[in-house]
Amino acid sequence: MDRHRPALSARDRLGTGIAIAVPVVFVALFFAYPVAAILGRGLAPEGQVDLEPLRRVFTDPTLRGVVWFTVWQAALSTVLTLAIGLPGAYVLARLRFPGRSLVRAMVTIPFVLPTVLVASAFLALGVPRSLGAILLAHVFFNYAVVVRVVGELWRHLDPHEEDAARMLGASRWRVWWEVTFPALRPGILAAATITFLFCFTSFGVILFLGGPTRSTIETEIYRQTTRFLDLPLAAALSVVQLSAVVVLLWLVARFERAAVPRRLGAAREIEHRARSLGDRLLLFGNLAVMAALLALPLGVLVARSLSPPSGFGLASYRALSELRRGSTLYVAPLDAIGNSLRFAIAATAIAVVVGGLAAWAGVRGRSRWLDGLLALPLGVSAVTLGFGFLIALDEPPLDLRGSQWLVPLAQALVAMPFVVLLVAPVLRAVDPRVREAATMLGASPARVRRTVDLPIAARALLVAAAFAFAISLGEFGATSFVVRPDHPTLPIVIYRLLGQPGDAAFGAAMAASCILMVLVAAAVLAGDRARAGRHGEF
Amino acid sequence: MRRIPALAASLVASMVVAAASTVVVAPARAGVQVGKDGKGETVTLVTHDSFALSEDVVAAFTKRTGIEVEILPLGDAGQIVNQAILTKDNPLGDVLFGVDNTFLTRALEAGIFERYRSPALADVPAALRLDRRGRVTPIDYGDVCINYDEEWFADEGLTVPETLRDLTKPKYRDLLVVEDPSTSSPGLAFLLATVAEFGERGWTDYWAKLRDNGVTVVDGWEQAYYDEFTGGGAGGDKPLVVSYASSPAAAVVFADPPIDESPIGTMTGSCFRQVEFAGILAGTEHRAAARRLVDFLLSPEVQADVPLQMFVYPAVAGTPLPDEFTDNVGTVDDPYTMAPGRIGAQRDEWIREWTGTVLR
Repeated sequence: MDRHRPALSARDRLGTGIAIAVPVVFVALFFAYPVAAILGRGLAPEGQVDLEPLRRVFTDPTLRGVVWFTVWQAALSTVLTLAIGLPGAYVLARLRFPGRSLVRAMVTIPFVLPTVLVASAFLALGVPRSLGAILLAHVFFNYAVVVRVVGELWRHLDPHEEDAARMLGASRWRVWWEVTFPALRPGILAAATITFLFCFTSFGVILFLGGPTRSTIETEIYRQTTRFLDLPLAAALSVVQLSAVVVLLWLVARFERAAVPRRLGAAREIEHRARSLGDRLLLFGNLAVMAALLALPLGVLVARSLSPPSGFGLASYRALSELRRGSTLYVAPLDAIGNSLRFAIAATAIAVVVGGLAAWAGVRGRSRWLDGLLALPLGVSAVTLGFGFLIALDEPPLDLRGSQWLVPLAQALVAMPFVVLLVAPVLRAVDPRVREAATMLGASPARVRRTVDLPIAARALLVAAAFAFAISLGEFGATSFVVRPDHPTLPIVIYRLLGQPGDAAFGAAMAASCILMVLVAAAVLAGDRARAGRHGEF
Repeated sequence: MRRIPALAASLVASMVVAAASTVVVAPARAGVQVGKDGKGETVTLVTHDSFALSEDVVAAFTKRTGIEVEILPLGDAGQIVNQAILTKDNPLGDVLFGVDNTFLTRALEAGIFERYRSPALADVPAALRLDRRGRVTPIDYGDVCINYDEEWFADEGLTVPETLRDLTKPKYRDLLVVEDPSTSSPGLAFLLATVAEFGERGWTDYWAKLRDNGVTVVDGWEQAYYDEFTGGGAGGDKPLVVSYASSPAAAVVFADPPIDESPIGTMTGSCFRQVEFAGILAGTEHRAAARRLVDFLLSPEVQADVPLQMFVYPAVAGTPLPDEFTDNVGTVDDPYTMAPGRIGAQRDEWIREWTGTVLR
């Protein structure tokens, strides 16, 4: 008998089976089935598969232009994000300075903000709708991906190799190029692929900031579905996008696996104060970049929310509860905050349970296909999923159309990949010797799980829950397609206010944005405190 | 490497299962129950995001009839029609309000409505009753027109353009912002106005001239009006915008601090008439209540409420209009119009041609 892996009891195998079944059934029911239904309606309208629309995507010059633009804007956005984010990753990983953990948390906030809010911030700053605005917004959103994914690796990189190279007379540049960069490469590739994935499927940014001549696969799916009702073409575009995303996810998984440093140094030994001139320049330069890129747009929102036409003050916040009162669709802002919190709590619970089980089952079975499965919703356009819900979940016992449950379900689909990303590496990193010791001392597998795995996982789950909560609060795309108009979330209220006439409505939109920002920031900060500098790939 | 086959297999498997289950024909619906008066029922009104009525008006209807009204906005006019078509076998609601003459044919051809002629229809002018078979009921109408910023033109000492052709003159260079007809309802209406004026052969030339004269295209009305228009309040620099004949009235109603006279004018020679309809969705289980809801939309209370709630004209002739509305909405005597059938047959093709002419 293999000592290290005691034979699984029947109960144990049942447990693993359930851990695999829950996420699989969840994704099949609330993702694969609705998406397949709408794609089926498009690709096989008469019950027979018609590949003509798929051919059109690659032969029609306009559509080919859309595909090409999608690819190169994502590539350019990724390169820019890396160029701006890598120095930031170094500063936050290696330099010790007062307020660092706060800065690190603040940098993450843009990632979970709704696109509609960010777009209005950029427009309020006077950035014209253009390619530049798209790129800028993509850097804004994904800066955190680079800083956190690469930074996490950088923080734990063994510094002795660098020191040795330096001692042997290598120049700083050569140390970077031959020692540090190769060690960081898997992390950089993982961050680049994730960034590319988000920019590739970008929707709100393109729609709100791109102007009418710029269209990506995602916005084209939206246009073809909601405008022309050309379901065959929309389905063909979805298939193209989904195929690309599957390849990208596979790459992410590969790079991530390689991104686990072989010899981890303790973060405390490696980081140092910014003493040298170079380090100081880097520190202040990067803080300036973060201030200009991340803090300025959000600062403008705060300023605009406090300066309505009637003069400096809280009038916009009061207007939130007064505008269009008495009209049929009036929703009090406090209710919207309540809706947002309620939906986010439900979505977080779903995402943590389903994502946590998937992470656990994946780590136990040493396979990550479950991670990939849960990440797939990132690659499907919100309109496809929303319309899929409409036509697929319309019969009892699963008649969810118009049900409030669709909102947390959709938000959970978006948040789940991040739960896996945060929990799986922690579970994987549990020192097997601790488990072995426990087993040797006579603990049953169930007891090992309870006394070893669970306490370690609990903290990771807490971090994941905070992050999932923040994502759910800020989610706009999928929510906008399934939300009930009488129970809007804050991002939906912001979107509606931006579409109403008058300066008062604009000010109220800014005020709602600020409230949302505070809620999201609180969730992110709470998560970072729970993390306390350990583990996780994001 | 082993992961991919597993991932692909599970994906394919779930898609196969899903595809198989969609092929199964939906069971026939249970018999439609036709109550006498719909009392105690809840009737769902599918509509667009710009829908608005005073709360007390709706409450009075519920009090009088015992019918609860659930309002379900599902996007803009084009989107609600498309969603209604997609969910035809199992409709999302009982009544749809907000399909206009630019999307009417698509809705009628898909057969999403059942016939109903409201008694109140007698007071609606014939020009608005665009479906002879009575599947949809006109509720309101409005005009999509070019608005101008009066102060800007006064300051520049420039005369305001009067006709569509004027807009191609060099003195109006870089002054106009329009919406993309593929993403915006007023944008589409303005495109139809130019087709009505210049004909099948001439309209693309006209747009080529507009393009060369520096027309700005944006995605939606909000963007055009609030961000680009000088009168929109956010520092735009275009004094001409495709908007509505009622925008000057809205500018007065929503002014903060209050103003008496609108700073915005309407180019009455540029207008296209939009008529909004309501229809009962085929397959409703609340037919009686749905009919009473359609009657209600034509009732004096609702008709008097729509001008200041949605900034449109009531369809019922002789409905009294509020002063803020009549004082500031220029009378459009002879707007451009087009038969819904012609729009339906060529809309998508025109949009494609427009895109090719103006954007690429």
